[in-house]
Amino acid sequence: MSPRITLQTTGRILRQLRHDPRTIALLLVVPTVLLTLMRYIYGNEHLHVLVPGGHLVEGPRIFDTVGLTMLGVFPFVAMFLVTSVAMLRERTTGTLERLLTTPVHKLDLLLGYGLAFALAAAVQAAVATTVAYSLLGLKTTGSQWTVAGLAIGNAVLGMAIGLFTSAFARSEFQAVQFLPAFVLPQLLLCGLIQPRASMATWLQKLSDVMPMTYAVDALAKAGNDPGRMWRDVAVIVGCILVALVLGAATLRRRTD
Amino acid sequence: MDNAIEVRDLVVQRGGRRVLHELTSSVLRGSVTGLLGPSGSGKTTFMRCLVGVQRIASGTVTVLGQPAGSAPLRHKIGYLTQAPSVYADLTVRENARYFASLYGLSPAEADRAVSDVGLGTAAGQLVTTLSGGQRARASLACALVSKPELLVLDEPTVGQDPVLRNDLWQQFHELAAAGTTLLVSSHVMDEAGRCERLLLIRDGRLVADDTPDAVRAATGTDDLEEAFLRIVLAQEAAQEHPAAQEHPAQKQPDPEQPEQKASA
Repeated sequence: MSPRITLQTTGRILRQLRHDPRTIALLLVVPTVLLTLMRYIYGNEHLHVLVPGGHLVEGPRIFDTVGLTMLGVFPFVAMFLVTSVAMLRERTTGTLERLLTTPVHKLDLLLGYGLAFALAAAVQAAVATTVAYSLLGLKTTGSQWTVAGLAIGNAVLGMAIGLFTSAFARSEFQAVQFLPAFVLPQLLLCGLIQPRASMATWLQKLSDVMPMTYAVDALAKAGNDPGRMWRDVAVIVGCILVALVLGAATLRRRTD
Repeated sequence: MDNAIEVRDLVVQRGGRRVLHELTSSVLRGSVTGLLGPSGSGKTTFMRCLVGVQRIASGTVTVLGQPAGSAPLRHKIGYLTQAPSVYADLTVRENARYFASLYGLSPAEADRAVSDVGLGTAAGQLVTTLSGGQRARASLACALVSKPELLVLDEPTVGQDPVLRNDLWQQFHELAAAGTTLLVSSHVMDEAGRCERLLLIRDGRLVADDTPDAVRAATGTDDLEEAFLRIVLAQEAAQEHPAAQEHPAQKQPDPEQPEQKASA
């Protein structure tokens, strides 16, 4: 592989994106709008926590936990979708086959996509976190930078998983259906809907092997105990690498 | 003799069906060779074998002295797929520049390739806004841009206007004169006459491998379309009556009947 080809590929993908201003607008505006909705759905409601002695005390503001988590979930979902469709297009339009007859290495292509969408995710995270902290009054123990960094990490995770799963889609219809198939189960089990500790053991075990569990957990810890988020970050990085390696394995130079 | 391509007993299976049957052939360096045959005859499969993206069942494919698909070859071959494989959401110029950059070539060289295929005035246009013929030429520019030693072009002139087609063929011959090897597929027989050598393929079998003149002489017609037909009919007759294969002249007294194979 060559850093030059990787960067040229990143540039090409960003130029494609630049010619599609509506997609850029959707990537930037949608997470912010959804966060704003959540802010007003929850208002200033607080969680109530049962403390030893049987008393209920007021816990953190709901928006500060759920809204924070969403800052990581939205980029994951958006990049998963964009990447699956982009990669599927490379396959169906023949550009992938052509690229594989040129000096492009599979890793150049995967890292090219990774870098391009990480940059897009960085802009997305910058907009979403700025709005969340300055206009929506989000409060976290960890800094805004930590949260933005995690949002970018989650975007790259979504991208890597999207690259891999797109290999199993034959059409764009299928690729889009992979969102409910691969992403929604992770969202249901990651502890957002029901705390993981109160789920049946087999569901907990299932959520243990789902990348989003760690993505959401990392953000929750950035909210209240940033010192303990690094184990989750390590798992996220590991998942990204595994998904990229699996993605590379699905890029077959020779096909039927 | 110096061959750019050597194929021996190439067999390709696809979906449990044999699509190439023990194909053996070679292509001279610095020549324009036509790969002709009807749609579905195996032309594209054969070309994919040469550029190393087709899984093969058996046989050997040697390109520029190396096994097809080996890494060093990727700097030396240009492949034009049948359906235009360019990024529809980039301009013609951006497409050519990207493919040029993969070989470490400058934007100026990419721009030259774009004007060589007659898209100089459309260079700033998004590929989605182009006509089918223009799209095909944008794709061709991306194959020509690296000035490869071997160009494998799958139907490069389909849908082009006659003047442009003429111009493209002229360019192909100029490239060959400068040492490039070109393998050009077509399903239109009137393009066969423009090639120095013809590979006629039907149902995954090579039915003729010769110069256009030799094919004409062997079949007794100047019309290459007619020549192809005669070769195919003669082979079918030979398959139905295997004895005819040994003494075609005796069994088929009609003087218009061609030799059973126009191969050298």
